Amino acid sequence: MSPVQIAKDIYDIGVNDWNIRDFHGYSVDFGTSYNAFLIVDKKTALIDTVKAEFADQLIENISKIVDPKKIDYVISNHTEMDHSGGLPRVMHRVGEDKPLYCSKMGEKNLSRHFRQKWNYHPVENGEELSLGSKTLTFLETRMLHWPDSMFSYLKEDKILFSSDAFGQHYAGNEKFDDVIGHVIMPHAKKYFANILLLYAPLILKLVEQVTNLKLEINMICPDHGILWRKDPGKIINAYVEWSNQKAKNKAMVIYDTMWHSTEKMADAIVAGLAGQGVAARPYHLRKWNRSDIMTQVLDAKGIIVGSPTLNNGLFPTVSDFLTYMKGLKPKNKIGAAFGSYGWSGESVNLIKNELESMNIEIVDPGIKFQYVPDNDCIEVCIEMGKRIGKLINESTCC
Amino acid sequence: MDKYVCNVCGYVYDPAQGDPDSGIKPGTKFEDLPDSWQCPVCGASKADFEKE
Repeated sequence: MSPVQIAKDIYDIGVNDWNIRDFHGYSVDFGTSYNAFLIVDKKTALIDTVKAEFADQLIENISKIVDPKKIDYVISNHTEMDHSGGLPRVMHRVGEDKPLYCSKMGEKNLSRHFRQKWNYHPVENGEELSLGSKTLTFLETRMLHWPDSMFSYLKEDKILFSSDAFGQHYAGNEKFDDVIGHVIMPHAKKYFANILLLYAPLILKLVEQVTNLKLEINMICPDHGILWRKDPGKIINAYVEWSNQKAKNKAMVIYDTMWHSTEKMADAIVAGLAGQGVAARPYHLRKWNRSDIMTQVLDAKGIIVGSPTLNNGLFPTVSDFLTYMKGLKPKNKIGAAFGSYGWSGESVNLIKNELESMNIEIVDPGIKFQYVPDNDCIEVCIEMGKRIGKLINESTCC
Repeated sequence: MDKYVCNVCGYVYDPAQGDPDSGIKPGTKFEDLPDSWQCPVCGASKADFEKE
């Protein structure tokens, strides 16, 4: 990616990672980008870097605008290595003694990633840094989504450099919301559902704070994907909506299966739900990436999970998904469990316990069936789908 | 009753409010929280808290 001018004297000098498909277990079907920003004023500032393997591309991009040695301040909004991995190469080129601005937690966390004794300048929340005609303000945003996370706000241009918040995993030459259009929203939603959902209460608080500060925002520049210049309010409103986790008339039947028995039960439950007018779909855990399922969980009311009993326990992909979903703390859900078994049949209770531990309300005793479902079992599954479908209709109708 | 702040994420435990989501009733002193209690925001342990 060549440098993209985003405003006068301000550039995105980040890179596209076209070929990445697995981002620590999150499927990124369109790759991703690591955005980094250069502000050229009396003093020149670099905001964030890129993944280590792309550091040379970043330096090349910087060199097209200014000599890297002319950079006066390096700012790290976030310690995670897709944004800090380039720091050793960058600091070497910029000058090891140049001030490295970050949050207090940023200093702590960066020094546990990199052993170089850099000239850290930990900032207070609200601290300003004058670049000449432009001024940066640093806003601590702890746990959005790491303890070190912060935003940098460029006052005069009203640009918010928001680190991972408002980002999307998308590699492309369309660098702005008005160029790419609404097709970016599912990527933004997926990012929220898989990275930020557990911090939804903090996001609502942050939006309230920003509103109270009357911070004018002309553009939001996240560290991944496109930049929001035409309508930054759109992504802020979407974050508020997603954080509120208002469920739709929608259910997910998430399962794995060994000999198609649990699969038959899943399909019958889906049929029962659909008969009640609920948007329902079976999600076979070895056909879907967990991150795509999680995106759909975000606004679903019903989470119905099925597993065969394998060696007295859950099927491993079901444990995997339950662990993943639990960590993301979804709210306002109802649930149930089902599964076929051979002789011991522990899976249904194990699922119920897990769902309860994540505050998903169990609304049905669930169904376990020995070996291959017969017609009666299928009927029982359809009936369970209908019962849960009715509950979903009642809870999401008004 | 003293408030305690999480060194990792800045969450403040206020005994007057407790932590109802984790089953901690209002009026519970920080000292009386079970050792297994975790910061409701970041999951840090009790040892990561300091008096505000």
